[in-house]
Parts: sequence; C-alpha cells; structure tokens
Amino acid sequence: MSAVPPLPRWADLVLLPALNLLAAFFVCGLIVLAIGENPITALGVMIKGAFVYPGSLGYTLYYTTNFIFTGLAVAVAFHAMMFNIGGEGQAYVGGLGAGLISLSLAGVMPALIVLPLAVLGAALFGAAWGIMPGYLQAKRGSHIVITTIMFNFIAASLMVWLLAGPLIEPGQMSPQTPKFEPAGQLPSFQAMMAAVGIKTANSPLNLSFLIALAALFGFWVLIWRTRLGYEIRTVGQNPEAARYAGINVPRVIIITLAISGALAGLMATNEILGVQHRVVLNFTAGYGFTGIAVALMGRNHPIGIFLASLLFGALYQGGAELDFEFQSITREMVLLIQGMIILFSGALAYMFNPPVARLLARYAAKREAAHV
Amino acid sequence: MAGAAEPLGSASKPPHAIELRAISKAFGLVEANKNIDLVVEPGTIHGIIGENGAGKSTLMNILYGLHRADSGEMIISGAPVQIHSSADAIACGIGMVHQHFMLVPNFTVLENVMLGSEGGTLLAEGRKETRGTLQKLADEYGMTVDADALAGDLPVGLQQRVEILKALKGGAKILILDEPTGVLTPQEAASLFKILETLKQDGVTILLITHKLEEIMAATDSVSIMRRGEMVGHRSTAETNPEELAELMVGRKVLLRVDKGTSQPGDVDLSVAGLTCTSSEGVQLLSDMSFEVRAGEILGVAGIAGNGQSELLEALCGMRPPTAGTIKILGQTITADGHSDPQIMRQVGLAHIPEDRHKYGLVLGFEARENAILGYHYSKHTGAGRLIDSKAVTAHCQGLMNAHDVRPDNPHLAAKNFSGGNQQKLVIARELDAAPGVLIVGQPTRGVDIGAIEFIHKELIVLRDAGAAILLVSVELEEVLSLSDRIMVMNDGQQVGIIDRSGANEQTLGLMMAGIAPDNAA
Amino acid sequence: MSDFALQLLLTFDATVRLAAPLILCAMAGIFSERSGIIDISLEGKMLSAAFTAAAVAHLSGSPWLGVMAAVTVSMALGLVHGFACITHRGNQVVSGLAINILASGLTVTIGIALFRQGGQTPPLTSGDRFGPITWWFVESFNQVPVLGSVYRELVSGHNVLVYLALAAVPLSAWLLYKTRFGLRLRAVGEVPEAVDSAGVSVIWLRYRAVIIAGLLCGVAGAYLSTGQGAGFVREMSAGKGYIALAAVIFGKWRPAQAFGACLMFGFLEAGAARLQGVELPLIGEAPVQLMLALPYIMTMLLLAGFIGRAHPPAAIGEPYVK
Repeated sequence: MSAVPPLPRWADLVLLPALNLLAAFFVCGLIVLAIGENPITALGVMIKGAFVYPGSLGYTLYYTTNFIFTGLAVAVAFHAMMFNIGGEGQAYVGGLGAGLISLSLAGVMPALIVLPLAVLGAALFGAAWGIMPGYLQAKRGSHIVITTIMFNFIAASLMVWLLAGPLIEPGQMSPQTPKFEPAGQLPSFQAMMAAVGIKTANSPLNLSFLIALAALFGFWVLIWRTRLGYEIRTVGQNPEAARYAGINVPRVIIITLAISGALAGLMATNEILGVQHRVVLNFTAGYGFTGIAVALMGRNHPIGIFLASLLFGALYQGGAELDFEFQSITREMVLLIQGMIILFSGALAYMFNPPVARLLARYAAKREAAHV
Repeated sequence: MAGAAEPLGSASKPPHAIELRAISKAFGLVEANKNIDLVVEPGTIHGIIGENGAGKSTLMNILYGLHRADSGEMIISGAPVQIHSSADAIACGIGMVHQHFMLVPNFTVLENVMLGSEGGTLLAEGRKETRGTLQKLADEYGMTVDADALAGDLPVGLQQRVEILKALKGGAKILILDEPTGVLTPQEAASLFKILETLKQDGVTILLITHKLEEIMAATDSVSIMRRGEMVGHRSTAETNPEELAELMVGRKVLLRVDKGTSQPGDVDLSVAGLTCTSSEGVQLLSDMSFEVRAGEILGVAGIAGNGQSELLEALCGMRPPTAGTIKILGQTITADGHSDPQIMRQVGLAHIPEDRHKYGLVLGFEARENAILGYHYSKHTGAGRLIDSKAVTAHCQGLMNAHDVRPDNPHLAAKNFSGGNQQKLVIARELDAAPGVLIVGQPTRGVDIGAIEFIHKELIVLRDAGAAILLVSVELEEVLSLSDRIMVMNDGQQVGIIDRSGANEQTLGLMMAGIAPDNAA
Repeated sequence: MSDFALQLLLTFDATVRLAAPLILCAMAGIFSERSGIIDISLEGKMLSAAFTAAAVAHLSGSPWLGVMAAVTVSMALGLVHGFACITHRGNQVVSGLAINILASGLTVTIGIALFRQGGQTPPLTSGDRFGPITWWFVESFNQVPVLGSVYRELVSGHNVLVYLALAAVPLSAWLLYKTRFGLRLRAVGEVPEAVDSAGVSVIWLRYRAVIIAGLLCGVAGAYLSTGQGAGFVREMSAGKGYIALAAVIFGKWRPAQAFGACLMFGFLEAGAARLQGVELPLIGEAPVQLMLALPYIMTMLLLAGFIGRAHPPAAIGEPYVK
C-alpha cells in the first residue's frame, strides 16, 4: 500500500463527512429512481414535511430530542472505545423507571417533585441496564457488543411481561400502563409558550428538549473538562497507558456504561413523560439504534451530535410526509437512508480518505509550484 | 514469479543467491530503505547488522513480499523476480522466521507446519506426508519436536524451531531469520546456531538479521551494515572486527562513556524482599527477588529481554500485584494481600519511565499537553478546581518542553507527530518533573537517536546526584555498564546476582545472563 | 401413545422446524466469525433473502428460483459487508448494523413498490413454496408403536430446506476440520499474519467466508418465507439472526455444538408457543417471556464465564493490516 498523505483538518472534519453523507443520499436516490419515482421530488417533500408545514418543526425537534439522548449515549461509550449497541434496551427500561415513578407518585405529589424524580428514575433505570454489560465487559471480559444485544432482547421480553401482566391498565387488553396523572406529565412546548402568551402550532415537542440541550453541554464538560472524562478518553485510546497512569480501568468502563445507559434512559423522558404519558410497548421504535448513526456522523462531539440529530429528526418527520404524497415510497425510506448513512459514515468512513488526500496533496503541490 | 530457474552460467560460478539493486521504500515521510544494494553468496551465512530502526526488518519484509519496494530490483539465484506477496517469495525458495512468531497457538505443530502447503484439497493426505517430512528433517538436522503438541504450549525455543521447520517444509533454499536470539536463552541460541551451520553445509543460504555484534562475529561468513535506512558497508567477517562494525553501525566512534562522579549512596529508598509474581495462568514470572536501592545510586538491571525485567518494573510501580513478598518504596509498602496502585506510588514519590512509550508511556492520539498530565491528572498541574484547568495544563506542558528540550515545543501537537526521541523526552520530562525520590526506568533510549541518548543519560545522572534512587532496566549492556553503580543480572525471573560496577565487564555479565552466578556476588 | 408423549413429539417436530433457520444462520455465523469477521448481519441477510425468495417465487412460480435469487441477494449483502470490513477495514459491528437496518428498509420499500400490499408479498400458493416431503413407508411404519409416530412426525414430513439445514451441519464440520480451506479459515481467524506469511491471501480467504455466510443465510431466509411460511411479512426474521449468533457463541464457534444450541433454542421457542396461557402445576402460568429470553440469558452467562468459557477466535473484529 503506498503511503497516503495526511488530510488537512478541515477536510477531515467537514469534507469527508459531507462526502459520506452525499454518497449515502446518492445511493438512496438511485433506489428511489429504480422504484420509478423522482428522488428530487421526494427530497422536496421531506424537507417541506420537516420544516415548512405548521407544527412540522416541532415534530422535527421532538424526534431530534430522542436522537440527542441516544446519540450521546453511544458517543460517551465510544470515547472509552466501548460499543454500546444496547441503547434500545436501556431506553426501554428507562421508560419503566420514569413510568413507575409517575404512576406511583403523580396522584399524591405535585409535578415539581414528581417530574424531577421521574427524570431521575429514567436515568437510573437506564444506567442499571448499562452497568450490567459494563460490569461483564470490565470484570468478566464478555464482549460488550454481544452482551448489549442480548440485553436488548431481555429488556424486550421483560417489558412485554410487565406491560401485559403486572403493570397493565386494569380492564384493558392492550399491553400498556394506565395514563399518568397530570403531575407526571412533562409540559409541552405549546403549553409553555402559551403560558407566556405565545401561540404555537400543536406538536409533541416538550420540556425534555431543553433537558437534551443541557445534556449536550454536560457531555462536553464531562468529556473534555473533568478528570473522569480524561480517564474515559485515556481508557478508550490506550488502556495500557491508563493502567500505567494508575487509572482503574474496569471501574472507568463500568462508570462509562452507567452514564451511557443513563443518557439512553433519558430518551424516555421525551417519549413517556412528554408524549405518551404512559408506558407503551416498543416506544423506543429503533431510536436507540439510530443513536449509533448519530454518534458516528457527529464524530462523538456534542456539536456534531446535535447536527446529526437534527438531520435524523428532519428525516423522520419528513419521511412521515412521504406516506401522504407517494404511492410507492413510504417512511421506510428513512430506514434505508439511515442504513446507508451508517454504512457510508460508519463502516466505510475512510473509503474516500485516500483519494481525497491525494487530490488535495496534488492541488497543494501545484499551487506551491505556481508560487515559486 | 519464477521459481529458482537454473541459470545459464552455472558451469563457471554459481550465481548470487540474492542480489538486491537500489531498493527504496518510504512509509509516509519516513524513508525506511534508501537505495539499498545487497549481494549474498549461496551456501553462506550472511549477517545484516544495524541499530533498532536502521531498516533491517523493512528490507527483509520487502524480500519476503510483506512490503512492496517503491523502486529497485531483486534477483534471486540469477533470475530477476517480482516479489509482491509471501507466496511469491516462497515460490522463489525464500523462507522467513519472523521476530514475532507466526504460529497459530491452538493448532498442533503439524497443522502449523502444513499451513500454506497442505498438499491437496483434503487434509488427510497432507497430514501423513508432513509427518514424514518432519521426521526426515528431525533426523537430518536434529530438530526434533512433537508433531501433535499444541504450538502455544511449546517453549519459545521450540516454537522457533517450528518456524524453521515450516520454512524448510515449504522448500526454502534461502532462510531469513529476523533477530532470532532476542527471546532465546544462551543455550537455545547455541543450539540454533548449530542448526544453522548444518543447514549451511546442506547448501541453504542464511540471512541473519541482528543488532548483536557477537552473533555476527561468531556465526556469519560475511556481513552488511545498515544505518538509518542506508547500507553503509559490506565486510567479510574474517576481515573485520567488532569495533569497526560498531563504528559503521553508529556512524562514529562508539564511546558511550558517561561523565559521572562516584555515587554517594544514602538511605535505602527502595527495598524488595522475597518478591514473587505468578501469571494468571500459573506461570512463575518473578521468583524470590530481594534487593535494595539507595538514594543517590543507580542499580542497573541486565539480562536478555523477556527474563522478568518487564514484570519487575510493573510490580515496582504498582501495576502488577505481587503473589508473595514485599516491596518498600519511600515508606510505602506493597504486599501480596495489600492493594497496589500506581496512583499511590506516584504520590509517595515514585516516578516510572516505562519500557515501551507507545504501549504505556503515551496516548499517541492525545495532544502533548494531555500526555504531560498522564498519571498526574489529579495533581496541581490540572488546576485546583473540580474541572480541569485547560490553560494550566498547556502552561505546564510548555514549561516541561522548554526545560527538557522537547521539539517542536508545541503543547497542542498530538504525541504521534513527534519523533521517537522527542516522544521519549516528553515522557522523561513528565516523570522527572515530579522530582521523584525513586525513579524506575526501562529501556530509556530504545529507538532514540544518538543526540537524544546523551541528553537522556545526562538527565539520569543529574537526578542521581540530586539524591534519587534509580533502578535502570536495559537490554543494552553498554548502557547498563556506563550508567550503573551496581548491576543486577536477571535470568528466568530470578536475580542471578548483584555485582559492583567496578567488578563488571561484558564477560562476567554474559555468564550471569546465562544463569551462572558469579563468585564475587555482592 | 399417551397424550403427553404425543404433545412432546409435536413439540419436537416444531423444534426442528423452528431450529432450521437458526441452524443455517449459525453455520453462516461460524464461517464468518472463524475467519475473523464479526457478523451481526445474519439477521439482515436472512430478512432480505426471505423477501427475495417470496417475491421471486410469487412472480416466477418456482420456489427453487426463489431460493436462488435469495441466495444471490444474501451473498451480495455479504459482499457489501466484506467490502466494508475486509477491503476498507471498517468497523465490523457498524457494517453489520448498517446491513440489518438497510434490510429492514429495503424489503418494505421494494415490497410496497412491487406489490402495494403494505410491504408484504402476496400469499404464496402451494405450488410456489416448498411443501412437506413424505418419506417412504410412512403408512406402513405407522403401525409400529412409538417409532412409527416418531418416524411420521419427526423424520418425515418436513420440507426440503429443513433437510438441507440438517445436512449443513456435518458439511460445515467437514469443511472446517477436514479440508485445506478449513485449516486456513481457522488459522486466519486466529493469527492472520501466519496465513499471510505462509503465502495465502488473507483477504480472499475472508471474502470466501463472508460469501459462504451469505449463501447459508440466503437459504435460511428462503425457508422463512417459502418453506415455513407462505409469503413474506415485514420483519419476519424477528431476531432469529441474533438468536443464531447467540447459538454460535453458545456452541463455542463449533458446528456440532452450535447445532445443539440451535435445537435447544428452537425447543424453548416451540415450548413457549405451546404453553402460551397454560397453567402449569406448581409454577402457575407458564413463564413464556422468560422462555423466550432464555437463549439470551444463557448465552450471556456463558460469555461471563459463569457456565463454562467461550473463547472467540483471537483475531475476531480486527481488520488485517500488513
């Protein structure tokens, strides 16, 4: 293999991700074309659906909220070089935590007490579901990818059992809990705006969006400004050096997975506390997996994760619009785009690196020659 | 990919076994091989000698098809060849015994030897045939090895034998051995050289890659010397001497004599009693070691690599809990049942320059300033608050870089972008800055250029004279001899003995490294 | 024959039918992982193959054409995995995940475009799918007590893909342990450098492994939609690929043991289906969800070293860099 010249920083941070994204959209466009529809029209429909129609932005940001949480969850684990693909299960169990608190306390206490506790419950339950694979990886050497997959399925079985059994709404057939009392519901964005006299369109956007923004900032502080964050990154980049530095590697791995699980669990604050107001079957709907795409695209940095979440939020909301406008393309198109993005931005992330680097090096050489 | 075609002029004089012309190879900006010419006569043992990083392994990997040369020609047994893969090399009759063995540990010896030359789609036939070949080779060269043992269970000496058998089974007429004695005991090395001699009698051409002068002098017929990616000379072994070779290798008279006064030993700051370490698989790594290091002296630890030196360093710095015995450093005790923690050892005043800066000493992807607080991220250098003070970290690193001549002095540059010598200086700067009472050092100048070596040696002496107790592990005898006040020799996880520097020379240490205790052990 | 024995026999029969796709996917996983490539895309390959087989069988009327198309699609996805992980040294887990998500999206998108039935294929007629094969002498054997019923229910009466799945186990074992290809494949998952230095191409070996994995997953998918079922429904693989992956680990990356794990997991699923809502003595209502989660729980316990130890191939997940 001949040597590849190093890539300039801007190209690495902007050009390559953009190329990968373009490639993903390009292939999806080809598929739309093969189905017999116009990809440009489809894109237009999605953009309108995501940003233009009244209330659509609220929907987009509501999806964005989910992806910020699950994306951060994956990213924090990535910094320790741990691949947590258990966000789905951690979020699911997080919903259980939030739900149990809201169900039991919302009737007897005010929202100011119930809601913080419910948010905490979501984080703690998610953390617990993350700690277990973390422990197995750190202390027993069980591969985190496999164990988190297993924990996703175990969470699914557990929740089916609980929702169809002990927690089911009395007298109902569908597997879901009773609705929370108002004190256990996060205020919607519409209600908050109305309180200060601003009228906004109806959307599921709610207070958890602000929690997500706070989480983004908290993530930055944690990773780049705390000693724990330093330890997490050291363990991720060179576990032997971490041991040399006196860092307790297993402990850091377990703590990282706890934080990761907690962030995933917080996704439930949006879905369960903010929108559904009850625990329902499969409310995670694959958002945990999308978090992987978000983290990969966002390069594990809060700004990147925010942008990637926004992109996926727009895709999900705009994708719903496809159902109305087209006969033959539906919102499953979004899964396709998501898969392509994971493929190009994740697995093939460096495919364009050598050609781009060579091209830029040649261009730079030419310019230098012209100067001389 | 011509097999060794019988050349035309075989009647007069046999063609060269290997002829390389103007081979060049660059990795990124590093020129690993520059315009290399090499001629090796058939049926000889030809040595290639050079320091670590001189480009020997790169050249051999090119010859064996693992790397592809950027330019140059290869002529094997008189026929020009293109070698793009190990398959091509094998077809040309070249076999290679790598520095890191290429064995599948959970395969049997038989399966390992078969791999790549199974002799048919099904294994049954090839198994029988290989067993026969192994038997034949064992009879011919005395290389007996149990064909049904798992390769991973064999001692290193036998593993290496399997590697040689693998190459011979593949029909090798040219055998490359890359640093073959690095992991061998002197006895194993002796038996290896005996085997090589027999092979040579049988017409096999042998290329011996090493950085050890004594091996070149003892075993080879001719030798080529490499320095910094270039071929700097070819000699017939009979017509050269170690001094000349050393000078060629290093590029100037080697007088790595360090100016230092006599030591003024003070209190015992590091003492070890009955230290024993066992691996999780139950292998004895260190057995019953007891010694002391006083303030203001350097105890050198000599030995062949892999005889427990690494484990000793790990135990002393708190990374490896002992199975038995005690370690006392500046009043802090580590015992088998106690808890050992590098963080605590640092706090009591132990600094540790690790053997392998890439594996332990640095996080290559981190900026220099982040590396400057590795192990000290709870110290005052990161600020007093709950959050890390980024400015303080940068300032601290800038200070270290200025004081210890780390170039370029840019705290934001990633560690991987520094040269080997400057990476090492960064590690040393970090560890010496803590003004340690006890310093343990492993291979302080491995892969470091000459200028940096002198600088590092001086820093160690200054620290000694400031009253630190220093334990220095090095596989370079010369380094141990020039820096130490007393010398301990290790063999097979045990201390063979401790002698005074004044009573030590290469011969006495050589014997001790082979496990023979001296009479005048201190 | 008592009712209980018959119930048990029927459960065993269901076990074989449920285990067949697991077996095929587990063998696929073994080939891929033994070569050093983590394969969590068993699920996606199987799902895509299930859709392809049903669609092609419906359009052409031939289940065999369906299988062939399914295998082709599944192998193509295997090649995508290989292109990402082997050629471009991408992260194997990320690549597998991408394929799974792609498969979910593609099957429904193309299904709607082709058939307009909400992502399903039209139901297959009996001529478009694989019917049960009745073995010789079932009628005459039927008189024999016990053995007759066993022969009728358990041995006879499956479709051809089930027998193919059963045959895949000894075939895989033979390929792995008795052939040159197998020796090299096992070596490349442990110490790829050794294979390279022996003059054998690491890349080509690994590509062959992912192609074989694609082939086996293709048959598994075809079985789901044209053997066991009669047509494709969305997400019909329903996590079976992951259970097969669990079986690979539970079977310690060996065909015979993985086969045993598949049968056990299949039996749990068959039992759970039969016991749905049944009151058991002592236990009360049958813990169906627990039985369905048991494969994952057991695999985890094994991975954690609480029941034996599973050593994955040493070089798994590591892209090979010379």
